[in-house]
Amino acid sequence: MSKHYLSIEHVEKYFERDGVSSHVLNQINLNVDRGEYISIIGHSGCGKSTVLNIVAGLTDSSSGAVILDGREVRGPGPDRSLVFQNHSLLPWLTVQENVALAVDKVFKRTKSKAERRDWTLHHLELVSMGHALHKRPSEISGGMKQRVGIARALAMEPKVLLLDEPFGALDALTRAHLQDEVMRIQSELHNTVMMITHDVDEAVLLSDRIVMMTNGPSATIGEILTIDLPRPRDRIALADDPRYNQYRHAVLSFLHEKQRKVEPLGARRSAAAAQPDGKQRARA
Amino acid sequence: MNAPVKSLAPPAGITAPSWLKRLYNTLLQSVLPPLVITAALLLIWQLLCSGPNASLPPPSQVIEDTWELIVNPFYDNGGTDVGMAWQLLASLERVAYGYALAVVAGVALGVLVGQSTWAMRGLDPLFQILRTVPPLAWLPLSLAGFKDSHPSALFVIFITAIWPIIINTSVGIRNIPEDYRNVAKVLRLNGVEYFHKIMLPAAAPYIFSGLRIGVGLSWLAIIAAEMLIGGVGIGFFIWDAWNASRISDIILALVYVGVVGFLLDRLVLFVGNRITRGTSA
Repeated sequence: MSKHYLSIEHVEKYFERDGVSSHVLNQINLNVDRGEYISIIGHSGCGKSTVLNIVAGLTDSSSGAVILDGREVRGPGPDRSLVFQNHSLLPWLTVQENVALAVDKVFKRTKSKAERRDWTLHHLELVSMGHALHKRPSEISGGMKQRVGIARALAMEPKVLLLDEPFGALDALTRAHLQDEVMRIQSELHNTVMMITHDVDEAVLLSDRIVMMTNGPSATIGEILTIDLPRPRDRIALADDPRYNQYRHAVLSFLHEKQRKVEPLGARRSAAAAQPDGKQRARA
Repeated sequence: MNAPVKSLAPPAGITAPSWLKRLYNTLLQSVLPPLVITAALLLIWQLLCSGPNASLPPPSQVIEDTWELIVNPFYDNGGTDVGMAWQLLASLERVAYGYALAVVAGVALGVLVGQSTWAMRGLDPLFQILRTVPPLAWLPLSLAGFKDSHPSALFVIFITAIWPIIINTSVGIRNIPEDYRNVAKVLRLNGVEYFHKIMLPAAAPYIFSGLRIGVGLSWLAIIAAEMLIGGVGIGFFIWDAWNASRISDIILALVYVGVVGFLLDRLVLFVGNRITRGTSA
């Protein structure tokens, strides 16, 4: 039995379509400690979202296991709450109702009605959305929707928080602001977080460790980079920090130099041209 | 810089009747055009049917002939000789029963077909064929089955209204975004919770467009069915008027049928808009 909080052990994934089976993930092994912030980065189509979905339980692995807090993960559940890229709030519910739906379900037996209400409001305050409780998702901005999505995920009190490119759909300024918020919340709550991203700066700024995935098919973990920067981290101060730039450089060179060589046909092509190729194969 | 800002604040005397102005605009834009067109059409009708050989009465004649019916909608001389309001209410009552049954059964079947691929494969071809059968074609069969005109009329309404409700509901269910299903999975919502917290609200816009088509079709069907079934009802009133050569009565009835059909459509639309408020985000 592993002593790690979350461990992904020998996970493999094959997708089958039109009778053709393709090997998407090859021997994914990863151990995550409690309170750790892990980012998974890789080119699109490399299967990083599949890894997250397997941990979430939304996708089954073909072999291998995910063990969380000493128990094997079977199917989705509120102990692994997800923040989706496109927020996926229910549009017919208000901000408060969206979070309350999760809180009422998860704490049905353990909290009284008043406690659940306070719990909901507390988490909306935490993401600075206390002012828009009765607004519907269509009435708030993309950044606000994502905040509510984060509040909903946090309010489930998950053992591990799964973020699937949570800031991908936001503009650069809103994204930076939300990243700062997530760092602040993380320093308060010490959640175990697993985040999918394709943004190098985001990965270096937020993570304790960055997991870099090779290109598909048969994607696996290429390198793991430990980010040894003191917290709280400040994006402006870090911009001139040589260590920060070293980390950035390491991730960039993995993505744009090493991974280009692995691509069987991509040796002379640009990474961008090779990318859809890899995606096609992963999904074929 | 100060002066123009000040001049932006209008004196109280101008802001007060702003709602009046809005009302005036609404009247001008959405009430005036249909009034003008209607008046023009009535005028053409009047001119065309004023000749001595005209087979249909002009509008002035219609109003003259049916004045008693217009001003006394609630008289009751027993039998089928009752006011227009009672005739319409009798038809509406039939529609209400038949339509209510169709809504319950249609949404239930739609959910089944939308949720289960197997049910869809089995039932969908059947639905596609049955929905093309004209409403009145069911009437002889239902008369044979029920041996009574009242349930037969209800059955015709039911069978007419149910197809668009089933089909739209199932499309709505099948189009529930994967994200909402994932939210439900992560929260481990059980079947009942999923049904009323995710499925119904997510599919509501589709369901209501089915309900709206359904109510229109059932109003179409009841008029035709009543012509054959008899008894009190606006359909039989029209048939009766034809047999007695009261052409003006037929025209009045057509106007009422049209207005009631329009109101039914708007009622379902209104309820739908209230319930599905905010679903399309």
